[in-house]
Amino acid sequence: MSLKSRPRTLNIPWSELVLVLGLVIAVLYMNSLSPAFLSLSNFFEITRIVTEVGLMALGMTLVIITGGIDLSVGSVLGLSGITMGFLYTAGLNIWLAALLGVATGALCGWINGQLITRAGIPPLIVTLATLAIFRGLALGISQAHSFGNYPKAFLALGAGYLGPVPNQLFLLVLLALGVGVVLARSTFGRFVYAIGNNPTAARFSGVPVNRVLVWVYTLSGLLAGLAGVIFTARVSSARSDAGIGTELDAITAVVLGGASIAGGSGSVVGTLLGLLLVGVVRNGLTLAFIPAEQQAIIIGAILLVAVLLNQVIRLRLGRN
Amino acid sequence: MYVDRGRELSIMVFLGGLGMVLAVFAPEFYNAKNASDILVNISYITIAAIGMTAVILTAQIDISIGAILAACSTVAGLSAKAGVPIPLVFLYAIATGAAIGLVNGLLVAYARIPSIIVTLGTLTVIRGVIILLTGGTWIYDLPANFRAVGTGTTFGLPNPVWLMLLTLLIGAFVLSHTRWGRSLYAVGSNPAAARLAGINVERTYISVFVLAGALVGLATMAFATRFTTVQSNTGQGFEFLVITAVVVGGTNIFGGSGTVFGSFLGALLVGVTGTALTFLHVSAYWEQALQGLFILLAVALDAARRRGALEGSWVRRLLRRSA
Repeated sequence: MSLKSRPRTLNIPWSELVLVLGLVIAVLYMNSLSPAFLSLSNFFEITRIVTEVGLMALGMTLVIITGGIDLSVGSVLGLSGITMGFLYTAGLNIWLAALLGVATGALCGWINGQLITRAGIPPLIVTLATLAIFRGLALGISQAHSFGNYPKAFLALGAGYLGPVPNQLFLLVLLALGVGVVLARSTFGRFVYAIGNNPTAARFSGVPVNRVLVWVYTLSGLLAGLAGVIFTARVSSARSDAGIGTELDAITAVVLGGASIAGGSGSVVGTLLGLLLVGVVRNGLTLAFIPAEQQAIIIGAILLVAVLLNQVIRLRLGRN
Repeated sequence: MYVDRGRELSIMVFLGGLGMVLAVFAPEFYNAKNASDILVNISYITIAAIGMTAVILTAQIDISIGAILAACSTVAGLSAKAGVPIPLVFLYAIATGAAIGLVNGLLVAYARIPSIIVTLGTLTVIRGVIILLTGGTWIYDLPANFRAVGTGTTFGLPNPVWLMLLTLLIGAFVLSHTRWGRSLYAVGSNPAAARLAGINVERTYISVFVLAGALVGLATMAFATRFTTVQSNTGQGFEFLVITAVVVGGTNIFGGSGTVFGSFLGALLVGVTGTALTFLHVSAYWEQALQGLFILLAVALDAARRRGALEGSWVRRLLRRSA
């Protein structure tokens, strides 16, 4: 356990191998259920649907590595979509409105970070309260109306393709690369792991713990804000109840990806694999005409089995 | 055993302030019917919050209780419609909750999976199973003798309020005056030390999850019985309400300190702010945002108090005087 400060060498390969294996089994099984499953266009359809949760899961990866949690991302998704829709309906340029929607998300995350570091309230409680506040603001601003009638150029962000590739996939891949490199190769990334392993030791080693945490939560909010804009473009309407419960989907992807909820371990590759596994299972079962409720049972079971497997592996490694 | 009475005072000061605002701007808030409505509305939250207090005291968490409430309500609704005697209906509901809690507890204690993940997994599975069993349809036409439990009164007080008060009294006594109750504080403060002191830590974890599930089953007596239908998506967001009540009520999210009475005050704060906003003619659409803000204020005030940031300020003097 003392080697945790080198997460790349110890924890990650195992949990990712388990995931790749799971993914292969899932793909083979889904293919036997439905012939429509194993095609390039269907693969891209999966990525189109999972992008929003994927963006939130990227931010959530950093948050969980620091040993925190962000339950407010689903509400941030709703609020930034509403902010954008409200401003656009009020006559603002669509791109400026979208930008301000993303900025709203970042502001929400910044507020979370300030409350956690300055007021010293645990992340679970802060984001539980802001989950209600941000959702409430979305409801209050919109007065439960939805905002629509967006220009075609904007809708392309969520419903357009470049060749066979959905537009938002480029965004997800680009951001995943960015976050992945920062996490694995930069000082900031090392700080994130250090805080998750031991915040007190990190502080004494000169890590600017509070500043890093504020950045991490701001990034989580920003990515959720971006997810809100993409979601609005995909379904062509902003509603105050958009994204309810998606925080749990994002956490599921991160935890499936092998991150420890206690902090200190996790990776972007793992999160993307976890995201893909959930997406593949949902899509494959849908194509095989298996109703959503049975999908829920299967996904819940996969989560528990994956975590159990990881736990066994971790205990084994700990003993050796 | 460390009990933080200061948090309870913080909430009372906050409720007092809100009460004064109401007295000036909406004096009609103060009538017996309204007070009784608020208590009925928070009764099922409080009953579940007692179990959640026990869970959080041991430094665990249970986010599956919304799904458990749905499962117990479904079991209660279906068996009541099938003509099962009323006492047995609730016994079934409580047993259902306890059985799900047992699964949660076993996974936490022996598979050593963090409870937030265990219950995230079971919440997904339970919701799926419910819809699979009911086909996603609502349960209509609940029998009158079933609904009488939640809508009737005894000695002038609504039944759900009696149930809440009784559970509160027993819960408060058990947590502070029994060996098992005190072991929760020990396990939450320091599981390794608790083990050395001879406490079976695994069994303690299992017991709190079983209790939480069983109390959610009991809460259906004050919940499912008040409506004419059981909806298939019932209890969504219930876990957030209950966890909010418990942490606002002063239970440390990292375990080891907290009281049942504090959780009741937390639930009361949630209930009163919601109703108060209606009486102050705040648009219903802004209610959730303001309610969240109040909760954050109550928690932030207490965090500042604990850090000593209020030393010498008027807030501090007020808190000390009321103590």
